[in-house]
Amino acid sequence: MVNDHTNNKDSFYHRFFDKLRSSSEFFYSIGAVLLALLIGAVIICLIGSDPIKAYKALYRGSFGTTNAIAETLLRAMPLALVGLGATVAFRASVFNVGTEGQLFIGATAAACVALALPDLPRYLLLPLMALAAMGAGALLGGLAIFLKIKFNANEMINTIMMNYVVIYFVSWLVHGPIQQPGSPLGQTEKFSVNGIIPVILKRTRLHAGIIVLLILVIITYFLLEKTVWGYQIKVTGKNMLASKAAGIKVKRIFYSAMFFSGALAGLAGMFEASGIQNRMIENISSGYGYTGIVVALLGQLNPIGVLLAAILFGALQVGASSMETMVGIPSSAVSMIQYLIVIIFIGKNAFPRLWKRFHTSKDKRA
Amino acid sequence: MDNTTNTRQDNKAEARLIMEGITVNYGDFVANDNVNLVVYPGQIKALLGENGAGKTTLMKVLAGLLHPEGGRIIVDGQEVSIDSPQDSQRLGIGMVHQHFMLIPKLTVAQNICIGLKSTGYPFPDVRKVEEELSELSEQYNLLVDPKAIVSTLSIGTQQRVEILKALYRGAKILILDEPTSILTPQETAGLFDIIHFLTKRGNSVIFISHKLNEVMEISDRITVLRQGHVTAELAKQETTERQLAILMVGREFQTEKHLKPVPENAKELVCLDNITYIDHRKVSVLNGINLTVKAGEIHSIAGVDGNGQVELASILSGLLHQTKGKFTLNGKDLSKASPKERLQAGLAHIPSDRHKYGMILDLSMEDNFIIEGSEREPVSHRGILQKDAITSFSENLVKDYDIRCKSVKQKASTLSGGNQQKLVLARELSRNPIFVLAMQPAHGLDVGATEFVHKKLIEQRNAGSAVLLISTELDEVFDLSDRISVIYEGRILATIKREEATRENIGLLMTGKTNG
Repeated sequence: MVNDHTNNKDSFYHRFFDKLRSSSEFFYSIGAVLLALLIGAVIICLIGSDPIKAYKALYRGSFGTTNAIAETLLRAMPLALVGLGATVAFRASVFNVGTEGQLFIGATAAACVALALPDLPRYLLLPLMALAAMGAGALLGGLAIFLKIKFNANEMINTIMMNYVVIYFVSWLVHGPIQQPGSPLGQTEKFSVNGIIPVILKRTRLHAGIIVLLILVIITYFLLEKTVWGYQIKVTGKNMLASKAAGIKVKRIFYSAMFFSGALAGLAGMFEASGIQNRMIENISSGYGYTGIVVALLGQLNPIGVLLAAILFGALQVGASSMETMVGIPSSAVSMIQYLIVIIFIGKNAFPRLWKRFHTSKDKRA
Repeated sequence: MDNTTNTRQDNKAEARLIMEGITVNYGDFVANDNVNLVVYPGQIKALLGENGAGKTTLMKVLAGLLHPEGGRIIVDGQEVSIDSPQDSQRLGIGMVHQHFMLIPKLTVAQNICIGLKSTGYPFPDVRKVEEELSELSEQYNLLVDPKAIVSTLSIGTQQRVEILKALYRGAKILILDEPTSILTPQETAGLFDIIHFLTKRGNSVIFISHKLNEVMEISDRITVLRQGHVTAELAKQETTERQLAILMVGREFQTEKHLKPVPENAKELVCLDNITYIDHRKVSVLNGINLTVKAGEIHSIAGVDGNGQVELASILSGLLHQTKGKFTLNGKDLSKASPKERLQAGLAHIPSDRHKYGMILDLSMEDNFIIEGSEREPVSHRGILQKDAITSFSENLVKDYDIRCKSVKQKASTLSGGNQQKLVLARELSRNPIFVLAMQPAHGLDVGATEFVHKKLIEQRNAGSAVLLISTELDEVFDLSDRISVIYEGRILATIKREEATRENIGLLMTGKTNG
């Protein structure tokens, strides 16, 4: 009868975690965030500060005022764009880790257009810049697929390597051919007013890119869930051989998924250059290309989840600085919370097992 | 060990393993309902049942992978609780899975060290293990070299490595899950010798199978499972293949198949002309295959596994490109066509490895049904999926092919093997193909599902399709074919009409003997 007892208990935990894993993936993400905040609170206590005060400051810094919300959304924008693109690529099992490079090349391409055609009217120049940015990002991504198909080269390695090549190439460009005359900094001249995305909320920096982003979230969702293309991406990503045997043109799927992913990363670059810096600079991204990938995973490869995850990460980054100034907690504490979220989230399959093992061994000892 | 097994049957105290009243539920589905199983030392116990009958579930309980909701397990007179694979191992239960759990790049000894702290942790003493393994291998006549790299070993030898692994871990009860499904007849005979050898030394063997002839050949006693219940527990001498078949599927099944002959002037729908394939190691795998399949004909390619069948099927389905040669279907040259063009020309492909090439386990049945037709009306309209059309299309296929499931939204991985194959068949045959390429279509299926698959192939034949059946199972070949070709080392050695073929001459040709 003792056996029965442990069995029931085991299966209860098992079912509990099973449910958490399968039926409500969404809640698992939320749970990961809450758990990370909890651990963060313990750490803040250990530093000798008040976690409630700290989190209040964090909240006020990211959502407390109109300007704070605008800044949070500004941060979320490149993360969400990169994350949406990565979502499509990952669903096709194309491991595009080159989003940072694609973001840089997209920003640069947009800058070149803005500098070359400064007098074009805004309604022509901005779309042209966007097209250039998306095209450049897509081509850079496509190169990795070309190498994968032609030489069976792993796209994950290729895209990581290409990040460095591209970032140094861009760095050379902004220190050389497209550098602002007379400036010692790695930056181009300021874009003409027609090459700057207009601000849509007074007294903030929030620009019209947010509207484009929301439209893209809906489009991506529609493409993935409702179209044949999205279906074929899903199928190819799950079983490439069976898809190929069933007549799906898997090469075309790989290319199109990567093009999409690269294009959105490129667009994120344009938003940064045109919407925030108003010029191309050497350090256009503070790792948005990488964090965007994390955002895609935390958002469960679901466009709406990605948007929420991007806003969360944006808020954490923006709130961190106000926490630092108001409570005196180093903003790296927030980076820690960010990556705790990632670790807890990635470990979601390991925890139930550890939990179970812990309990069975405890029962045995008893 | 003495050999008084007969008197032991009545004395449960001497049983090595007793499973009593085992009940396992998967949600609402009862996989094992009050199942009893008794195994004595030195006994070969066959566990016979269709796919989905609950054989694997029962063995998972023994392996410590599943907790039964009810029942008890007694090993060597002690009631035990098996909570983990480690517990199972400690109790002397060893499992040889259908799909081997070996790392191809490592040696036999290295493979066996994995997960065994007793061989030294964290750095196992491989040298010592090698010596012990050689000894053990000799003792049980397994003929395994512990220093060999696993990937260089034949399938039969890899299986013996798995047996050796179990023995090394102290197994006294060996569970062999469908062990012959991947073996040649010669390898099967070798395996049976080993099983007899093991039981002579007092080990017990649980032999899981749905092949009646093998069960009759090897086992001492037979437990038959059907839909989670034990339908019979008998000694081999008390029963016949026919009776077992009925116990297993619950009904008489038809073995006679009435085929009207193929008309002499039937059109040759499929022509293979000098198909040759040289692989990346410069090995000539296919050497000028010439073959035709007529409309309304089943043409079989018989042969032992590994004589170029896989490559031939891949070339015909468009996954692999032949080095030279021509493939025409209904007058259309498809030699360089993509898989999609081949499907559009009327090819249906039933692959031997359905999990790898035929379906996507992780997706719903609906998603699996439309994988080839996602671009066609009414499944999609201008690139947009039509959910209602997909659901009704899927539900029709489920009905027509009698696929047992709760809903078409459930994942394909939740279906039993037989129903998974039905899913593939339903999708492939619903396109009204003119050429059905079926490779080992009944592989791993139980009697009932096999019969269903065969019936469907014959329906295709009678409807005027050309059917090319690639099979290693002689029974299947003789049951279904109009003509039989034998493949050996990438060559067709002979093509014989079924009426003129005998098991003996086909069997000899399969081993490469062309003249007597």
